[in-house]
Amino acid sequence: MEAFLANPEQALVQLLTGLAGASSLFLVASGLSIIFGVTRIVNFAHGSFYMLGAFIAYSALEHLPRTPLGFWGGVLAAALAVAAIGLVVELVLLRRIYRAPELFQLLATFGVVLVVQDIALAVWGAEDLLGPRAPGLRGAVTILGQPFPAYDLVLVFIGPAVLGLLMLLFHATRWGVLVRAATQDREMVQALGVNQAWLFTGVFALGSFLAGLGGALQVPREAASLHMDLAIIAEVFVVVVVGGLGSIPGAFLAALLIAVVHAFGIVIFPKITLALIFLVMAVVLVFRPYGLLGRPLAPQRASGDALAARGYGKSDYPGLGLAVIAALALLAFAGGDYALTVLTEILILALFAASLHFMMGPGGMASFGHAAYFGLGAYGAALLVKYWAAPMALGLLAAPLAAGFMGVVFGWFCVRLSGVYLAMLTLAFAQIVWSIAFQWVEVTGGDNGVLGVWPSEWAHAKEAYYLLALALCGASILLLRRMIFAPFGFALRAGRDSPLRAEATGIDLALVQRVAFSIAAAFAGLAGGLFAYATGSVFPTYISISRSVDALLMVLLGGVETLTGPVIGAALFVGLQEQLARATELWRLLLGLIIILLVLAFPQGIAGAAQRLVARRA
Amino acid sequence: MLSLARIDAFYGRAHILAGVSLALAKGEVLALLGRNGAGKSTTLKTIIGLVPPASGEILFEGRRIDGLPPNRIAQLGIGWVPEDRRIFTDLTVTENLEVGRQPPREDTPAWTPERLFALFPNLAELRNRSGGRISGGEQQMLTIARTLMGNPKLVLLDEPSEGLAPKVVEQMAETILALKREGLAILLSEQNLHFARLVADRASIIEKGRIRYEGTMDALARDADVQREYLSA
Repeated sequence: MEAFLANPEQALVQLLTGLAGASSLFLVASGLSIIFGVTRIVNFAHGSFYMLGAFIAYSALEHLPRTPLGFWGGVLAAALAVAAIGLVVELVLLRRIYRAPELFQLLATFGVVLVVQDIALAVWGAEDLLGPRAPGLRGAVTILGQPFPAYDLVLVFIGPAVLGLLMLLFHATRWGVLVRAATQDREMVQALGVNQAWLFTGVFALGSFLAGLGGALQVPREAASLHMDLAIIAEVFVVVVVGGLGSIPGAFLAALLIAVVHAFGIVIFPKITLALIFLVMAVVLVFRPYGLLGRPLAPQRASGDALAARGYGKSDYPGLGLAVIAALALLAFAGGDYALTVLTEILILALFAASLHFMMGPGGMASFGHAAYFGLGAYGAALLVKYWAAPMALGLLAAPLAAGFMGVVFGWFCVRLSGVYLAMLTLAFAQIVWSIAFQWVEVTGGDNGVLGVWPSEWAHAKEAYYLLALALCGASILLLRRMIFAPFGFALRAGRDSPLRAEATGIDLALVQRVAFSIAAAFAGLAGGLFAYATGSVFPTYISISRSVDALLMVLLGGVETLTGPVIGAALFVGLQEQLARATELWRLLLGLIIILLVLAFPQGIAGAAQRLVARRA
Repeated sequence: MLSLARIDAFYGRAHILAGVSLALAKGEVLALLGRNGAGKSTTLKTIIGLVPPASGEILFEGRRIDGLPPNRIAQLGIGWVPEDRRIFTDLTVTENLEVGRQPPREDTPAWTPERLFALFPNLAELRNRSGGRISGGEQQMLTIARTLMGNPKLVLLDEPSEGLAPKVVEQMAETILALKREGLAILLSEQNLHFARLVADRASIIEKGRIRYEGTMDALARDADVQREYLSA
């Protein structure tokens, strides 16, 4: 630190490095922001477009002449190719689901993520690909006696240049004015005679172009890899939340802030750079809950069907639940080891999904980062075992406590927001937890995880552990159900459906939501703890974005409107994944396609669709 | 020019319109009167296509428009002015007008920002002000001006006098009469009988989603019983 202050030249170079990194981040984030503003779709596939931009640019640059024209032409061509891919995705998929609930749209875009991952793997392979350096910009320039890569210096200027062009586009063209109007009230724009469909398509192509450009520009700086997609999406969510959703200048400011924090963090606190970024985000959100330049989102209006209040089916009978649990208990004596392993996993994931459902369904608070609590529970138990050789009972007690406690902390921030903002913030918090698990190697073992987390002697046998998991998960799910239909659950639902009226009747909504958030976190933690003992190990992947999305998938597959939904969803999900992974190498591709088809066919989820069918017969 | 026949409309399960029929001739001003929640706004939203009717038929210039998306209906020459104005607050006054702009069409006046600024002199001075930073009355003028930029033949005006100062209400009445002189047909939803009398030729009264009364404005003005039954608060 002192060395740093004594050396302002080096600090300047570090600052410039940050600014160079900010450019790509800004491009990708502004694309996401523009798409969200108009279509109100959180495009998870945006990171995939970024990755495709990098891969396509890599291939294009292989074949193009190594001249400045060839390089910049290749970068531009890659961005245009990604724009075309975005166009196709919009026309083929998103256009059909604009009226579906926003979480299903999200799910569909996550289906695209999976599809793109396997396609990229098939086309470009699993190796990281480092592209050629930009012709004419290979060397370094000297700034105050310090060398600085010439290409990075160009990048420093590309960000502001694109910002300027975007501002021009949005303020000086009719198309731009329409986009801004639609960002505020797209229904009104349509009622004034503007064809929304083409506006959406154009916006989506522009956003994809920016993501592709961001990826293509990174090729000379960092290797293109299959991990780029989800890595960037987390950072982009942070930028968008910090800058203010829908604000392009906000995205620019936030990208600068984040990139600079990152650049200096690497020098000053190399161990916790990731956590540092999220810390900055937390600080910004304490003072400006809607980001630097953001405002609370006005919900896009919709007339007609969408106004119908959502019911909450009490069609699942607790007696039936007990019967199912009894039947499952008998399976302990019938199933083989493999079957019991899979069943145990299903039970644990059902609890994980049910805990997410608790905050999402009755609470109306969707989380993109529920894996954080699953992971906290798992690590809570595992670290007790590792450092204090604690018995399993203690570990399983610590798991929900650790997760629940962090749920109280994170929940305090998240509950101040709502909707997509809240969801993005949960993802950001999950990334903090992930980064700590990943980077704090001395304690957590980093990527190697914690091994040797085995159950106590009496639960060592597969049957015994299965019964234990069944008892704990079954009781937890029934307890969650009990809470949903208790006054607490009613207060929670009242707050979801009409926050103002709920508060007017004397409900302390923020408190109710914080408690619900913490309860959901605690039960996810219990699931994580059970999972740790079931597999004997804990890894940072337990907290990864894909695990959070798995939980969302399970809830949404089953339908968010009943508690049976997540349980069915978990069983379906595990079964599907097992079968697909055994049947084909391309299981991600298939899973992605299945998700997409399911969303297209059942925009209300499977349990939801079944319920409608029953309702229609009745 | 416009006719609705036996329109039913729902919000979810709530039955809002039950067999509404209306007819409007070219150049005519029809007031759709009724209390809060009677179905006035929904009737207008059904015509512009925001709430597609569950059954019934809507004809505009001899052509069926029910089931068309709102942008197609607007492009045929129907302009909708929402009750809550729905100004694009981030856009300037001029940009708000730009969003409404449609190509000129035959046999209806072609509006330009300059002509509209002549009709609404207040707006002329505010053209670079953002829509969120003008007064409620000015916003009401702007929302009408924005719709006129689409050069409609028929304007659906949803409670234009609501929440305006008496002085501005007078101005609004004059504006509507000016539009009528331009040959526009106007379907006006109103709670305020006094305001409707200033501008409308005929009146229909809606209650609980059904049309209860149809007649000339003068006949309604003389009929104290009907007024008491359907209009008094």
